[in-house]
Amino acid sequence: MLVISCIKQVPDTTQVKIDPVTNTLVREGIPFIINPYDTHALEESLNLKDRFGLRAVALSMGPPNTEATLRKAAALGVDEAILLSDRAFGGADTLSTSKVISAAIERLNDQEEVGIVFCGKQTIDGDTAQVGPGIATRLGYTQLTLVDRIESLDLVKKRIRVRRKLEGRHEIVEAPLPVMITVVRELNRPRYPTVPMRLMALETEIKVWDNSVLKLDANTVGLKGSPTWVSKIFSPERDKGEIIGDGINDPVGTANLLIDKMLDKDLLAV
Amino acid sequence: MTINHTLFIPLFILAGLTFVYSCYQRLQLVAVGSGEERFDNPAARLAGTFAYAFGQKRVLARPYGVNHFFLFWAFMFLLVANVAFLLEGLFPGVSLSALPAPLYHALELIFDLVSLVALASVAVAFVRRLFFPPAYLENDYTKARSGEALLILAMIAVLMLAFFILNGARIALGAEGSWQPISAIFAGLLAGNAPATLGSVASGAWWVHAVMLLVFLNLLPRSKHMHILTAIPNCYFRSLEKPNVQPRETFEKGARYGVNQVEQFTWKDLFDSLTCTECGRCQDLCPAHNTGKPLNPRRIVHDIKQNLLDNGEALKASHHGATPLIGNGGEGSITEEALWSCTTCGACLSVCPVLIEHMPKIVKMRRYLVEEKAKFPEELLNLFENMEQRSNPWGIAPSERSKWSTQLGDRSFKAGETEYLFFVGCAGAFDSRNKHVTVALATLLDKAGVTWGILGKDEKCCGDSVRRLGNEFVFDTMARENVAMFKERGVTKIVTQCPHCFSTLKNDYRQYGLEVEVLHHSQLIAQLVRDGKLKATKATQLGKVVFHDSCYLGRHNDTFDAPRQVITAATGKAPGEFGRNRESAFCCGAGGGRMWMEEQTGTRINLERVKEALQQKPDTLCVSCPYCMTMLEDGLKDEGADGVRVRDIAELMAESLRADG
Repeated sequence: MLVISCIKQVPDTTQVKIDPVTNTLVREGIPFIINPYDTHALEESLNLKDRFGLRAVALSMGPPNTEATLRKAAALGVDEAILLSDRAFGGADTLSTSKVISAAIERLNDQEEVGIVFCGKQTIDGDTAQVGPGIATRLGYTQLTLVDRIESLDLVKKRIRVRRKLEGRHEIVEAPLPVMITVVRELNRPRYPTVPMRLMALETEIKVWDNSVLKLDANTVGLKGSPTWVSKIFSPERDKGEIIGDGINDPVGTANLLIDKMLDKDLLAV
Repeated sequence: MTINHTLFIPLFILAGLTFVYSCYQRLQLVAVGSGEERFDNPAARLAGTFAYAFGQKRVLARPYGVNHFFLFWAFMFLLVANVAFLLEGLFPGVSLSALPAPLYHALELIFDLVSLVALASVAVAFVRRLFFPPAYLENDYTKARSGEALLILAMIAVLMLAFFILNGARIALGAEGSWQPISAIFAGLLAGNAPATLGSVASGAWWVHAVMLLVFLNLLPRSKHMHILTAIPNCYFRSLEKPNVQPRETFEKGARYGVNQVEQFTWKDLFDSLTCTECGRCQDLCPAHNTGKPLNPRRIVHDIKQNLLDNGEALKASHHGATPLIGNGGEGSITEEALWSCTTCGACLSVCPVLIEHMPKIVKMRRYLVEEKAKFPEELLNLFENMEQRSNPWGIAPSERSKWSTQLGDRSFKAGETEYLFFVGCAGAFDSRNKHVTVALATLLDKAGVTWGILGKDEKCCGDSVRRLGNEFVFDTMARENVAMFKERGVTKIVTQCPHCFSTLKNDYRQYGLEVEVLHHSQLIAQLVRDGKLKATKATQLGKVVFHDSCYLGRHNDTFDAPRQVITAATGKAPGEFGRNRESAFCCGAGGGRMWMEEQTGTRINLERVKEALQQKPDTLCVSCPYCMTMLEDGLKDEGADGVRVRDIAELMAESLRADG
């Protein structure tokens, strides 16, 4: 049985700036990282590999340089790393991205039964949280979002029980396989690669599947297949603060001024 | 008195063979270690051997060491006496008395006096061990071994007494005694006995001496007194490099990384373990041991030896040790927590009388944990990832590196135009407190007319922490990148404000072919003061200034005077000192990657150091390292000593220049 982790290479957002003139991301010289939530998806696929002997496959869609991210996954121990890359896939929104990834998962399922697909709950560049659910819907898998613990997995009965982390509460859910699970960071602690594994990963074959492999209608993928697109990126403007009172010489009076101000703006519940 | 040669010769051959066999067995164990070049530069090695072994340089660093000095030299002379004694027993008619009379008498006198010295030293050692043991000998580990120590001391005493009784009886029987004053006293005590009785006393004493000597010889290779045989060669084979520079590793398929099996150590590591005399000086200075951590450098060396002995047969047969080194901490096994407790401060290295290299062995075992097992305290995961992704410990964006200099305009390093590359370091660039030090140093350099430039966002971490933590793979990448960049930019002189950057660039990067002048800012500022380029009047508002030595500046790079000269220049008087200072300084607790780890066991190292500082009633604690700055400031806060400031030497100097007006 296969356990698949979908990982995305994203720009290291702590280093991303927005060009104030063109309103686009300045990506030049910005290093790429694995989307942080996806590192937990990858880790959980490796955990299940270790515990249940499942075969772990990492999938990533992106330009050819995404290979570096898949090598990191190989260094951590995935059995197979597949890059979905084709000029036709470029400019994809969440709809057409989930279409390509789903096609790849179906193709994998033809060779060996897919049990679980892990995705991060969202990416730190797009922040939509739509690709995972999109995959589940296309493939007809049960979707279990925001999972912070795998309670149990029964490979005979083909059932999985997980805990979902919701606002102010947890929810225990059981579902039949195959499932698509999106994960939160509390799920696990990603491992660190050993040196022998890093060296081995340098020689691991990263399979590249382009559209000649997936054979999707070119009009339904990439930019052409994307009903949404980003028209503008900008930093929200923020009002400058003001200094009120004289906190050093009159702390009590200043605190009163502050409280009045907050009451005016309806920021304090009275 | 006549010697029964027919009885002694077979006894000697038997004892000699068992001794040689025991030594051979031990050396065979040493030979299972991996290769290491320690035969180069014989001149320097010999010079060191004279200083450390024959001169007992490190032994004498402690007052009581003088007793060992006397015992050592007594043994050197008695070696000759005992060879003569054995020859006398083996070959009828052979005796030193065949030598020309003046030489013979001189030897008689020397042996007689030296034996008294040995006896006196043994007596002092007995009294100290039994009645006045120093604190670092007062623990279960030492107590468990005291029996062996006392036995050896007793045997030496018996040898000396037998020597005096033998010679005393001979003199009483009419031998010439004027050149053996001590033996003559024994002769006086024996006088009046019948010649036959004296003959029996002489033979008895001869046999006691002979048997004791052979037993002693056979005990040596099986006890901690093996050091009598190994200490001198161990001094010869000492590291001529800075011992805190860890050896490089080759990263290729099929290679093993670090050490978990005793045979993965080098032969010198194993020889070290057989040389340890268990004197306990390393443990006495170790910051981890002193604050209740499970690390004791002496135990590390002992456990390596025990593991080697336990696995001896298996190793000789298959070259693979059966039991790993890293384990539950029983005898012959070292816990992971002990390995992670080391601050790599180097106190153990600097104090060991026989130049054992404890700390590099700890780093080798950390390498195994990190590189082969990816097993380390969880705080380090963030550190390692931040280092790999953003080349700084906090994971801050590299574009922030030059933010501190925005007020100063473009200060980029340009070969030919700027003399020094100012390697700011991660703390100097990102840590808000240490940025003040960076600005202070920049101001000083400008004032002195020194041209300097920075690499800005292209500067990368030097990799000190990852190397000491055993993540050699990541360090290797960082070192290569940095050295390539220095070469590409045409850097010839570097000044750092962090002793860790300083030591790494200066010492570790030599392994990567970097041969440029690297200065710590204390050295450059002291130089500028000497050259009259920086002049300060007294900055009186700093009150009593006490200086804390950084391990990586002081012990690891022998730079003790430069920072003190800067303080003297800035304040007009020499700084106050900690109780433990210079070579014996106590670590702040942040070295060896400990800066990035929690400290949960025992008491905190920085608090111990701050308490020691407060005994001096300082107004200002002066440091020369960003880590020390953080640790001491935190410690002072915890101790509620808000009135005491911490200042870097550069800040002190800059303040005193401002006081100039």
